Amino acid sequence: MVSRREFIQAGLAGSALLAGSGLGSIGRLAAQQRLSEAELLRFEPLGNVTLIHVTDLHAQLVPIYFREPSINLGVGEAKGLVPHITGKDFLSHYKIPAGSPMAYALTSEDFAALARNYGRMGGFDRIARVVKSIRAERGDRCLLLDGGDTWTNSWTSLQTKAADVVEAMNLLKPDAMTGHWEFTLGADRVKEITDSLAFPFLAQNVRESEFEDRVFEPQKMFERGGVKVAVIGQAYPYTGIANPRWMFPKWTFSLKDDDVQKEVDAARAAGAQLVVLLSHNGFDIDRKMAGRVKGIDVILTAHTHDALPEAVQVGKTLLVATGSHGKFVSRLDLDVDKSGVKGFRYRLIPIFSDAITPDAEMAALVKKVRAPFEADLGRVLGKTDGLLYRRGNFQGSLDDVFTDAMLQVRDAEIALSPGVRWGASLIPGQDITFEDVTNACAMTYPNCYRTSMKGSQLKAILEDIGDNIFNPDPYAQGGGDMVRLGGLTFTVDPYQTSGRRISNLKLARNGQALDAGRDYTVAGWASINQGTEGPPIWDVVSTYLQQKKVITPRPLDAVKVVGAG
Amino acid sequence: MSNKPTPRVRVPANAKKDEIIEIKTLISHEMESGQRRSADGKTIPRKIIHTFTAAFNGKVFFEATWHPSVSANPYQSMFFRASQSGEFAFSWKDDDGSVYESKAKLTVA
Amino acid sequence: MAQRAAQTRRETLIAGMASFAAAAIAPSLAFADAAAVEAEIKKLYGDKKAEAGKIKLDVPQIAENGLVVPINVEVESPMTAADHVKSVHVFADGNPLPGIVSYKFTPESGRAAASARMRLAQTQNIVCIAEMADGKLFTAKSEVKVTIGGCGG
Repeated sequence: MVSRREFIQAGLAGSALLAGSGLGSIGRLAAQQRLSEAELLRFEPLGNVTLIHVTDLHAQLVPIYFREPSINLGVGEAKGLVPHITGKDFLSHYKIPAGSPMAYALTSEDFAALARNYGRMGGFDRIARVVKSIRAERGDRCLLLDGGDTWTNSWTSLQTKAADVVEAMNLLKPDAMTGHWEFTLGADRVKEITDSLAFPFLAQNVRESEFEDRVFEPQKMFERGGVKVAVIGQAYPYTGIANPRWMFPKWTFSLKDDDVQKEVDAARAAGAQLVVLLSHNGFDIDRKMAGRVKGIDVILTAHTHDALPEAVQVGKTLLVATGSHGKFVSRLDLDVDKSGVKGFRYRLIPIFSDAITPDAEMAALVKKVRAPFEADLGRVLGKTDGLLYRRGNFQGSLDDVFTDAMLQVRDAEIALSPGVRWGASLIPGQDITFEDVTNACAMTYPNCYRTSMKGSQLKAILEDIGDNIFNPDPYAQGGGDMVRLGGLTFTVDPYQTSGRRISNLKLARNGQALDAGRDYTVAGWASINQGTEGPPIWDVVSTYLQQKKVITPRPLDAVKVVGAG
Repeated sequence: MSNKPTPRVRVPANAKKDEIIEIKTLISHEMESGQRRSADGKTIPRKIIHTFTAAFNGKVFFEATWHPSVSANPYQSMFFRASQSGEFAFSWKDDDGSVYESKAKLTVA
Repeated sequence: MAQRAAQTRRETLIAGMASFAAAAIAPSLAFADAAAVEAEIKKLYGDKKAEAGKIKLDVPQIAENGLVVPINVEVESPMTAADHVKSVHVFADGNPLPGIVSYKFTPESGRAAASARMRLAQTQNIVCIAEMADGKLFTAKSEVKVTIGGCGG
């Protein structure tokens, strides 16, 4: 087999040139000149099948900034393993030069400065260019697979009930997809869209809740490059917990090795030479599943937004992690014969929007679907002095904007903001537009409630969510990152057991300990309960930004992490 | 919810001799656990289906006792080894003495 | 029905993100514990020892909905007149009452397997015990986490 590392290093040869000149000090023009499209797409083809993977696009039709996490702790068996290494450790693990394009794309190191050099990433028109170029080279060997979290979380998607993204994806012509946030469009809308698609929405683990009938096709067999390829769909197994179940009350989701094994066995019995799990489990669940289900050749991972420059091998199974928000497209070439996979070559292709030529057809479509909303999207609400981002296990600077907005506009003592992994970043000096705000909160259950909660309830909520993130067994983890808090500071020990991770809860305004028996006024959004009342969160944040005008991020010291060493 | 509980049964109409078939049943019923209190603080009295039986040609081959923790609209699946043609009789016994029944024919080839 | 379940839940819910399934249960009532489950088993089988094995207890690691948690039990057995599973009892150690379901199987069952759905008030263990035709006992245990949920991902 070809060594992946050698190949990655070869692919990044251009980037090494950039390293010597110091972090972020190289000019934007010079940086872009070194980032040629040909270099980004360079790939020595291998074998008879090419898998192209996109995932977690979160309806981001146009290029964005997205800072990868600086804190992404691994627990249990995942401790210290990718994707749970970040920053400088990540760079040294993959031998990526600091300040290089891949350092910018894959880590949080020196992000604001590098963002000025290397610019925005993603965009459906650039993705289309890359996909078309691979297809032009590899012809009928290609399978384009979409891992889900594609249709939701932009303003235009929310306004069109995902019609904009669906139209754009149809132009990209995927061969199959699976999903998670898609379900927050509601069961009827999901069925309406999936019934209209020219490709299957695959989900072996979604069933009708009464008699457990299938809702979607579990798998599909393709023939590519003369190879029979089975693609099995695995939707996010905890959608019914992490998101409002009332939006799809007759569907039930599951995480069962046995059910996946049955699908793999059925695929093999039907002659599959290559078995691919198009998964939205999240990386740690997939890594565990790869060790428990026999006969999966490739797992295309999603959900946890990890971007890894090499495939991870678990036994005979390859795991690919393609990142999020359109920052990357994965290309995995496989040499497959009757006895299975003989070799592979992988590249995580970074979508540098300034280096990759937009595909004209997709660019026109994106322009068309955005046109009715341009005035809203471009409305400037304020400006930021510093870097604003969300992604990471704990509160980011963009989350501070959301929790501060709720405290002020909803006149609350404590604010709760969900730890979703999506939401684009903003760099220092950038105007904050309505599009920027909605990229971090456009969803179908946006109401910002104002209610009363006892201190003990708040502690219980934090512990419960803490266990969903830091339970040492990935199969017992659910949802996203830790809930974000306004008005409250705390200490967390991720390596403690359930109910014992959170301590030292204090009110930020006066340092007083949270009183278990006292009622506090709490504002929050993204409640999974039906009938939650309150203005949509984007109105709350817009109001706040218009009052505040300039955001100056403060040190992120509300959460103290202990025991992580 | 004051509607009469309605059973629904999914059982194959045909089977090969000695084939093991799966039977799935559902019945609409609130399964009031006796553990809840109404708004005025009074305990809502227990009213559940406590026994489910599955019989074939008059002989019970599977029986379930349900406790108050069984979910509303109780679901029960089980298996049966098809040996001859005949009729299934499923019955659900309520705390209030009611018995709800459903029948289904099976042809064994 | 799903409508109604949501309604019942909402009435009892803590506003906002919280939705403890336990809230649906009168707060003054005591919960069972591991000892209560042991006592139930002792009532059935005295001091007779149960072995691990033979039972496949399939419950979710995280309950999607504490009011409707699927439970599938299958006991390995040829299900012949001489060698079959007579009964299976399922208990939970964190509900107000320990009993969940009890099954009686016969050789005509073909497979000693059954699925049902249960309410779980909180994170707890599910314990099942199977009695074979020869009187041997087998047991299995599995934890189900009941979570408040939310926070997307």
